[in-house]
Amino acid sequence: MSDHNYTPSSKFGKWFNDRLPLLTLANHLTDYPTPKNLNYWWTFGGILTFCLITQIITGLVLAMHYIAHADLAFSSVEHIMRDVNYGWLIRYIHANGASMFFLAVYIHIFRSLFYGSYKAPREIIWILGIMIYLLMMAAAFMGYVLPWGQMSFWGATVITNLFSAIPLVGESITTWLWGGYSVDNPTLTRFFTLHYLIPFLILGLVVLHIWALHVPGNNNPVGIDIQKPSKDTVPFHPYIVIKDLFALLLFMIVFAFFVFYSPNILGHADNYIEANPLVTPAHIVPEWYLLPFYAILRSIPDKLLGVVAMLSAIFILAALPWLDTSKVRSAVFRPLYKQFYWILVIDVLILGYVGAMPAEGLYLLIARVATAYYFLHFLLILPILGKIEKTTPLPLSITSPVLGGSADLAMAKNTDVRKEKL
Amino acid sequence: MQRIFKILFLLLILNTNFANSISAENSSKLLTTDWSFKGPFGKFDRASLQRGYQVYNEVCASCHSLKYVSYRNLSEKGGPEFSVKEAKAIAASFEISDGPNQDGEMFTRPAKLSDKFVMPYSNEEEAKSANGGAYPPDMSVLVKARAGGVDYIYSVLLGYVDPPENIKLDDGVYYNKYMYGNKIKMPKQLSDGLVEYSDGTNATEEQMAKDVVSFLMWTAEPHLEQRHKTGFRAIVYLIILTVLVYFSMKKIWSRVETNV
Repeated sequence: MSDHNYTPSSKFGKWFNDRLPLLTLANHLTDYPTPKNLNYWWTFGGILTFCLITQIITGLVLAMHYIAHADLAFSSVEHIMRDVNYGWLIRYIHANGASMFFLAVYIHIFRSLFYGSYKAPREIIWILGIMIYLLMMAAAFMGYVLPWGQMSFWGATVITNLFSAIPLVGESITTWLWGGYSVDNPTLTRFFTLHYLIPFLILGLVVLHIWALHVPGNNNPVGIDIQKPSKDTVPFHPYIVIKDLFALLLFMIVFAFFVFYSPNILGHADNYIEANPLVTPAHIVPEWYLLPFYAILRSIPDKLLGVVAMLSAIFILAALPWLDTSKVRSAVFRPLYKQFYWILVIDVLILGYVGAMPAEGLYLLIARVATAYYFLHFLLILPILGKIEKTTPLPLSITSPVLGGSADLAMAKNTDVRKEKL
Repeated sequence: MQRIFKILFLLLILNTNFANSISAENSSKLLTTDWSFKGPFGKFDRASLQRGYQVYNEVCASCHSLKYVSYRNLSEKGGPEFSVKEAKAIAASFEISDGPNQDGEMFTRPAKLSDKFVMPYSNEEEAKSANGGAYPPDMSVLVKARAGGVDYIYSVLLGYVDPPENIKLDDGVYYNKYMYGNKIKMPKQLSDGLVEYSDGTNATEEQMAKDVVSFLMWTAEPHLEQRHKTGFRAIVYLIILTVLVYFSMKKIWSRVETNV
């Protein structure tokens, strides 16, 4: 943490700050020492904050025009698209914003996996992150239901039906969730309420996520602790702010391409057909960002076990700091882990692909193998890898090349990581 | 730095390829034509939209509604751009039921610009009973509601062929090369010279299909032109800003020895 001895220069500032230390907070945020060697994969935290705020603001405007009623929802969305000033823009930003949000969060999560950002002392940051991710999925799912198209309706039916797999009380829980005996108007209104609520829960968790981050400070690409703040770090402002802004602008260009030139490409055509409980679409598929979990769900022949597997696939991530037994954080110095990391990335991409395909024949087989591997990676490979892997030598500090400098040798002794590994 | 641009470039390529490949799922077989509204600078062809409205009105409208489109839209910018007078005349040619009036009676009156397109049937049941149990879908967002989009609708309109010998069709069911499942309850609608275009364009099947599908693209995305235009401006703005921020970043980071 930066020092808290900050005193505002103006008299009023001092008076105010003594009562509510907002200026101390602002000072901490601008001075926050950030590792110099962060690469562009670290800019996605800022990008995600932008995504959340964009979703909240566009969502707010949409909520002013949207009508949460089974008979009116679809036409109110068309009203937004046609008659509300720039309604089409707001809605396309919101709809594609969800996809961009997930694109960014997946990069953010996989960055963390690669550089071991979930390891001590950052376990709480990681677990808060998983909670945010879970809430994001809930918010995205419920948001997709709101336009009340065919995919909205049938997606909601499939997902809420999962709860009926719970033994004994499953059916009653599903009825309770629906507010009736099928997905209908009461389901829509409660989904709208929750869809409005969840982003603010996420916002709260994001504050905690950043707070928890500011205690130990950022991890970095070489994954070793800061030796000398004056040498290894730069103040958050202006260095990281400008870099994050640059990366954000690049991200926004990609975002804009989707919004303006292929706004419906990430959605499903069936969702432009108004919900009809009597007609089931040929293929019910969730949005792309939920596909890997959908594949896991469908790969298990038993409904209850499928749900358990799907949920475990997410919750297993929360246990990751303890499943990964290696003391070395960054995959840069873990030759074996690096390979398994990329296999996991490919595995998840395969799961996403088969999640979009019908669950039959070869696709089902692939989904099963990929599901098994997913769990194998976390439950078997990671714990064993930490014990047997020979890691390559770590640098002495984040600014010195690998084993290059002799100058900081004395300091290196302070790192417990190095003590264990050398 | 270069890696970032490479990744960005790849993403953009992926984006466009992805866009193509999704529509290509069927489009290897689907018919297509030179749509004027495709691509980042795509615009509607006004004359084609006006002809498309004529085809819709004379052919499709007897069964298919356009319930989200208003008569005023016909004269709005970025659409067929009929003059306000023309749009008023079009609206006035339809009777709409309104009311109740002061005596509590429902009455009919000519439609106004502010009215939505008059629907051919008063409810879904009536539509079904008039069409052998099949519901002619509302066409307001039809091209967005079908994978393959405009190419798909265009292909279906032109895809009526004799069924293969092994396929037996029930009464009132027709064979269509491009329709999902190949069976369709709508008989072939277009035939050469079916409508008489006032602008003298030769009303071939392909021409009418192209015009009406363009018109339906407009009903589905009435702000398409504005979207393309705004998008171009937004992206140019973002690129300029990105370049400026890039050099500011370089300048700021030149104070430390680390590269960005």
